[in-house]
Amino acid sequence: EEKRAGPASTLYCADGDDSLYPIAVLIDELRNEDVQLRLNSIKKLSTIALALGVERTRTELLPFLTDTIYDEDEVLLALAEQLGNFTMLVGGPEYVHCLLPPLESLATVEETVVRDKAVESLRKISQEHSPVDLEVHFEPLVKRLASGDWFTSRTSACGLFSVCYPRVSSTVKAEIRQHFRTLCSDDTPMVRRAAASKLGEFAKVLELDYVKSDIISLFTALASDEQDSVRLLAVEACVSIATLLPQEDLETLVMPTLRQAAEDKSWRVRYMVADKFSELQKAVGPEITKNDLVPAFQNLLKDCEAEVRAAAANKVKGKRLNIMLPFIRLIQYTNQHVKSALASVIMGLSTILGKDNTIEHLLPLFLAQLKDECPEVRLNIISNLDCVNEVIGIRQLSQSLLPAIVELAEDAKWRVRLAIIEYMPLLAGQLGVEFFDEKLNTLCMAWLIDHVYAIREAATCNLMKLVEKFGAEWAQNTIVPKVLGMANDPNYLHRMTTLFCINALSEACGQEITTKQMLPVVLKMSNDQVANVRFNVAKSLQKIGPVLDNNALQTEVKPVLEKLASDQDMDVKYFAQEAISVLPLA
Amino acid sequence: MEEESDTRKINNSFLRDHNYATEADIISTVEFNSSGELLATGDKGGRVVVFQREQEVENANNSQRRGEYNVYSTFQSHEPEFDYLKSLEIEEKINKIKWLPQQNAAYFLLSTNDKTVKLWKISERDKRPEGYNLKDEDGRIRDPSTITSLRVPVLQPMDLMVEATARRVFSNAHTYHINSISVNSDHQTYISTDDLQVNLWNLEITNRSFNIVDIKPANMEELTEVITSAEFHPQQCHTFAYSSSKGSIRLCDMRQAALCDRHCKYFEEPEDPSTRSFFSEIISSISDVKFSHNGRYLMTRDYLTVKVWDLQMENKPLETYQVHDYLRGKLCSLYENDCIFDKFECVWNGSDSVIMTGSYNNFFRMFDRNTKRDVTLEASRENSKPRAILKPRKVCIGGKRRKDEISVDSLDFSKKILHTTWHPHENIIAVAATNNLYIFQDKVN
Repeated sequence: EEKRAGPASTLYCADGDDSLYPIAVLIDELRNEDVQLRLNSIKKLSTIALALGVERTRTELLPFLTDTIYDEDEVLLALAEQLGNFTMLVGGPEYVHCLLPPLESLATVEETVVRDKAVESLRKISQEHSPVDLEVHFEPLVKRLASGDWFTSRTSACGLFSVCYPRVSSTVKAEIRQHFRTLCSDDTPMVRRAAASKLGEFAKVLELDYVKSDIISLFTALASDEQDSVRLLAVEACVSIATLLPQEDLETLVMPTLRQAAEDKSWRVRYMVADKFSELQKAVGPEITKNDLVPAFQNLLKDCEAEVRAAAANKVKGKRLNIMLPFIRLIQYTNQHVKSALASVIMGLSTILGKDNTIEHLLPLFLAQLKDECPEVRLNIISNLDCVNEVIGIRQLSQSLLPAIVELAEDAKWRVRLAIIEYMPLLAGQLGVEFFDEKLNTLCMAWLIDHVYAIREAATCNLMKLVEKFGAEWAQNTIVPKVLGMANDPNYLHRMTTLFCINALSEACGQEITTKQMLPVVLKMSNDQVANVRFNVAKSLQKIGPVLDNNALQTEVKPVLEKLASDQDMDVKYFAQEAISVLPLA
Repeated sequence: MEEESDTRKINNSFLRDHNYATEADIISTVEFNSSGELLATGDKGGRVVVFQREQEVENANNSQRRGEYNVYSTFQSHEPEFDYLKSLEIEEKINKIKWLPQQNAAYFLLSTNDKTVKLWKISERDKRPEGYNLKDEDGRIRDPSTITSLRVPVLQPMDLMVEATARRVFSNAHTYHINSISVNSDHQTYISTDDLQVNLWNLEITNRSFNIVDIKPANMEELTEVITSAEFHPQQCHTFAYSSSKGSIRLCDMRQAALCDRHCKYFEEPEDPSTRSFFSEIISSISDVKFSHNGRYLMTRDYLTVKVWDLQMENKPLETYQVHDYLRGKLCSLYENDCIFDKFECVWNGSDSVIMTGSYNNFFRMFDRNTKRDVTLEASRENSKPRAILKPRKVCIGGKRRKDEISVDSLDFSKKILHTTWHPHENIIAVAATNNLYIFQDKVN
């Protein structure tokens, strides 16, 4: 953290009692060529301000900072953040307006994150302004930004109206409303987007009459903007506006616009409606949901654009299911992307529907999806099996599950195989030992000799998790013999897999199995003709060492490691020596 | 330009006048910004030069002096690179420059080579902080024991400095060569286009782009068509057009679907069987497509013509202008020297009433859409002095040659004008002739 120029820190140490010195370094480093040092100094800005005192902070430090907007984004971002917490350092709320000029210039830079942070800090310090200061200093700044030449400043203004509105006189309030109106019809879409995204927030602080008169007309205008990038933001605002209005006004003031959005020509707007569906539903209440939203939602599920259908499918959970079910069935006949989105949520429905409904309506869908041609759809079903298990028990599915799993396990794409391996422990837990031994064990062993390393690695890890689940005795009977058998495989990669498995399993299997069954195999492999196997023996011994007792370590492990330490191969030597130094052999 | 082109004055020629022209100096793109105050050029050496118009001065003899363009900023935008995976050299040549709408006091432009688009910020600085605690004015380290008070740096005025900084690098999205970029009217996104794909980017996000058009066939053997250029509609943020090597233009509506592989309009002129030849397909390939400023028309340039299309009429162009029809008889030799594959650009004037495009022998052409008059002008050092008036040129085919006419056989095909740009509001044009940039403007008064 305390990264500083070399000579400076030496001098600092030599002259430690001079308290000005570290501050002097910090101030100078505000302009250091190294951005990391500048950033460090900016992050300690409060230390500098404390040392300078409130007076000099106001008259010297802040004017300097106001003009440092040439810096890198990360420095500006840190500065914008610091200034939000600077009130006490400039002399308390009485002087808080001194922070406005630097934040104002930060609110006009091109980098959105910096501008947003500056606006956030401005919002924060607005609360520290007295009502008078708010009208004398803060509100003029908002106006300046709102009528600025560049759209960066106008976009920043949009986020400031709502914080000053509740605390100013009614004349100023009228001005603020006027400014907001102007920005909603700004020439540049950037500004209209900023206004649209703050519309809901602004509506919340407005008096209800003005919400009805001003906000609704702005909302309607933005929702029919020529640019779809603006229209889609109006959908978001719709949620907050609808919450503010009494139920009887919703139909006339909000619904026409919302209906229009759900049928917008642009898929991005419809997508937004689908995506915000749950929020919209809450905001408009049950009556309108039933009459208006549900039909609209059904259309979105059938939308011609896959992205929209997928967003809608994702929101199926929590909908009125008797209405939705026909449409869920319909989705089977649409494209992959949507099906896989549906598959990821459909399993969750079983908890809502209960046992009987699940068996009647959803089970056929699960089964159909388990046979889907797209592996992603099948995976999404399998990965959410736990929800169904709770409701109907997995046995209902097991007959269909198995072929699906086997097929995925042998998929040509290794990433698909990898994904199914990751669900194995979960499946094993739900299907039980018997079923596992009978049907899945072979698969798990086959992955150990997969030709892709990532699969072999995952298979090893999978074995460890299975042993954790089923216990050491099960491991000794079913897994360990097969793993150890691979030590004699002609392929050295398979021999190495034995070692990797032993690394993973020794701890879960415990001292007895490790010492009696695994260790002899490992030791024997120290004579392997392939150097890679030999140095992995050294690594394995280091790994399983802690599980072994001292006797085995001294009489069996030590001689072998010493032999390996004088191996011809450099790497074998290296890892043997490393093991010797790590294990308590002396 | 009320096409009194013959009385045009040369305002400012050979800004980039070098006695020796190295390959790297060849200008590869020119572009005015939206106000016309700045003009950017890119070259084969990966450099971008930005020119700024001098402030207009009202002078005493009440004759207004129009501002000339002076170098404002020069920077190295792209460096040569090597793709180690494919063993390919990536040239630093700037294929296109596009200005962003102005958002604050700084200027922003996108520049692209074959693979990587970069967003540049060009900003001014006229103040410098002064005063250190640990050093004195001459930069000597002060004895720490003498530091008894703190100094806060003070900003002092200094000579204007123009800085160019790379703000974003958009890379790794194109397998083929980027031929065009276009900024959307939503001020938020842009597209980059290569031979087979159009990618949509958010200007603030560099690690992700959306592929909105992909014409790559499953089997590359079946490839018959490539994308040659693409542009966003000037007002409708959801519409863009792309042109193809087969002479067609597709208009896509991004509202319809996330993937625009289905076009909503398809502009193509049926081929005239009587002129069909071996070269038909090559010369019908569109090298540039441009929306008119009002968004009603599309202009396309192919090897021999410029065409104007009405967006409401897909089956044939509204207007067709012959750029250098006298080359029709020389296609064979133009094929042999590869000139037939030259990619000429075309531009509209500010009011969409005149169009301009380049030709060979340092000639460029202008067509007035209303009067149907056209003119051939020459950008060359020999024939033009600063503030001289450009004379119209004429090319004749074979036979007798009148005075001032040039025979088609004596045209110099190595001197080609591929890149031109027109000031957005005024009659000022910039013409790139290999390594020279010529700026011409309408005669004053």
